[in-house]
Amino acid sequence: METGDVLLLARAQFGLNIAFHILFPSITIALAWILVYFRVQYARTGEPAWLETYKVWTKVFALTFAMGVVSGVVMSFQFGTNWPGFMNRVGNVAGPLLAFEVLTAFFLEATFLGVMLFGMNRVAGWMHLTATVLVAAGTTLSAFWILALNSWMQTPVGHGLADGQIVAADWWRVIFNPSFPYRFTHMMLASGLTAAFVIAGLSAWRLLKAPRDTAAARTLRTGILIAAVLAPVQAFVGDLHGLNTLEHQPAKIAAMEAIWKTERGAPLVLFAIPNEKERRNHFAIQIPKGASLILRHDADAELKGIDAFAPDAPPVVPLFFSVRLMVGMGVLMIALAWYGTWRMRKGAPPPRWLLWTFAGFTFSGWIATLAGWMVTEIGRQPWLVTGVLRTADAAGPVGGAALGASITSYVITYGLMLVAYMVVLTHLAGKGGGDVGSGETAPVTQGAPA
Amino acid sequence: MSLDLPVLFTILMGVAILAYVILDGYDLGVAMLMPAASEPEQERMVASIGPFWDANQTWLVLGVGLLLVAFPAAHGIVLTALYLPVIAMLVGLMLRGVSFEFRVKAEGWHREMWNAMFWFGSFLASVAQGLMLASYITGFQPGFGYFLFGLVVAGGVCGGYVLLGATWLIWRTDGELQRKAVAWAHWGLLWVALGIALVSLATPLVSETVRNKWFDFPRTLALMLLPLASGLAWLWTWHAASRIRKGAPLPHWAPFAGAVALYVLAFAGLAYSLFPYVIIDRMTIWEAAAHPSSLKVVLAGALIVLPFIIGYTVYAYRVFRGKAPEKLYEH
Repeated sequence: METGDVLLLARAQFGLNIAFHILFPSITIALAWILVYFRVQYARTGEPAWLETYKVWTKVFALTFAMGVVSGVVMSFQFGTNWPGFMNRVGNVAGPLLAFEVLTAFFLEATFLGVMLFGMNRVAGWMHLTATVLVAAGTTLSAFWILALNSWMQTPVGHGLADGQIVAADWWRVIFNPSFPYRFTHMMLASGLTAAFVIAGLSAWRLLKAPRDTAAARTLRTGILIAAVLAPVQAFVGDLHGLNTLEHQPAKIAAMEAIWKTERGAPLVLFAIPNEKERRNHFAIQIPKGASLILRHDADAELKGIDAFAPDAPPVVPLFFSVRLMVGMGVLMIALAWYGTWRMRKGAPPPRWLLWTFAGFTFSGWIATLAGWMVTEIGRQPWLVTGVLRTADAAGPVGGAALGASITSYVITYGLMLVAYMVVLTHLAGKGGGDVGSGETAPVTQGAPA
Repeated sequence: MSLDLPVLFTILMGVAILAYVILDGYDLGVAMLMPAASEPEQERMVASIGPFWDANQTWLVLGVGLLLVAFPAAHGIVLTALYLPVIAMLVGLMLRGVSFEFRVKAEGWHREMWNAMFWFGSFLASVAQGLMLASYITGFQPGFGYFLFGLVVAGGVCGGYVLLGATWLIWRTDGELQRKAVAWAHWGLLWVALGIALVSLATPLVSETVRNKWFDFPRTLALMLLPLASGLAWLWTWHAASRIRKGAPLPHWAPFAGAVALYVLAFAGLAYSLFPYVIIDRMTIWEAAAHPSSLKVVLAGALIVLPFIIGYTVYAYRVFRGKAPEKLYEH
């Protein structure tokens, strides 16, 4: 097998692992805080319905968290098994960030998850609430460290050379590198939206089966409201993130917008089939000077095209389509959340078609999140750490056969896990709050007291 | 006095790996024993490890994380050399981890399937860890003979985990299940004896470095304390388990403590054999170490955070002290 093919396989495997992994944190980071909200509501009101709600969504959380944990363990080994050059070259910067994630976040969330899931009858109420908060804090801290590392790989600053090795000269600048605040906020909001649509979607599914379930009606509203508030904020932050990318990674923007040639008054390409070989767009539908206007806030400003960066430019096709998928999904999510809020104002019951639509949008956040990560990660190519380390130079000696075996094992395992996850989630949602526990012995109380 | 950072990090990494092996070892052992138990017993076995497994597994991430942070040069070589068993272990750990949740939530044949996955995942991860250990201590030699040696070590690791799991069950359960656990603990002890004996004989034969370290009079005499102590721990564990079955007033954690002692001693022997190599005969810890600036920042962080981790881990074990409930989710 050609070296290039092996590299592509190794990248495909990393992409597969990280794409599978991010599905679950993108739900749990925000869901953990929503659980804190449910738990606080129960502590404040003492209403059993809030407790039921907390328990139902804790089950969803526990399952999702377990999926995230086990796929996260795979990630922690990937650096060594497939990208030894990464640690060899930038280990002095990346290593401590990963170590801090383990030390400050993983143990915290894993330990208090046990108290949160199984300790309700064993610890005082305030302690159980504290455990819930600590789990949420752990998931957010984990996102903080890993996004600090990812952002540093995108926009590395604060490092220097010592004894021929790359070391951190200023940890503060390494962590709070130029793209970090934007990426972190963008991801936290993405998690908020993903979790909100999961909650709305599963509650809608429950209401389709049991229209009188007041707990599900309440969580449907919670989910839609969170989405209606966060979605426009996300659009705004996404725009800021884009401007930040233009400043620090202009090649990524050129590929996202399919701008091949550096020009003044660059058009905004709404749709096209980019041709990588000929470096031009087919069937382009574009707004003249639109890209310059949006990105530079000046219709005649110059935008750098792929020609300014080649051959060190990312591929145009995947970026161009991923970013449109992400934005398109985001627009749909805003529209649906706002329409739902308006339609259900003053306690009006949602029509069935709207419930079906929300059920259909349960995992819409996944699509937008994955598309967004495709943009940011493929957009960094051919670099692993921008300007510091090329992806090709970090790959390990593992051959095509071993890679083939490992990818096959992962695909089978992930497929099984993902199907089971979605089946169980739908099943849990369909049962609603009446049946908490093993499904065999718990008493069946339909719905919750109003 | 200057601090020898690589040595310090070797100790930290060793402690993390030992903690992982003992803590996740009892989870994996309990899971591997599932087919030998009745259905209500299985529920209780899972309930006994449910609140702990996730945090237990985190020690593995810390162990590999410290390898990556402190010894980046060795990290890549070790993990690429162990590529396939590592993948097998990860697949096993994934199946094991999600099965906790799936088996509770599924019904009918789905539930049966996740019970099987729970067992299979744990077994696969244990075997893979045995293969990794064998390959690591023999310096990643290829060949069929080494693979056979790996299988023997894998058997020893499975036996060792079964021992931890069984003694954990003696501690955390009672009645018929506890009686069964005593018998399982005895089986585990036999396997462990075989495993440790074979590894102790094979490693000096395979590696000249190891041979020279152990067979160097008069140091050998002092070193013989280690197998002697192991033998005593072995006998004590066997005896304590038998006594508990007969209803003697012995704390029920005694056999587990014996098993842990056995692990600590075996680990000490292994560490002595390998030190100061991070990859035997090829790379010492000083050659593989990361830049001091990065080691210092991790060390400072670890010194601040580790007391908290230990503190809340102790807290969690206190919350879930005593005999395990009948089911994982109490309602």
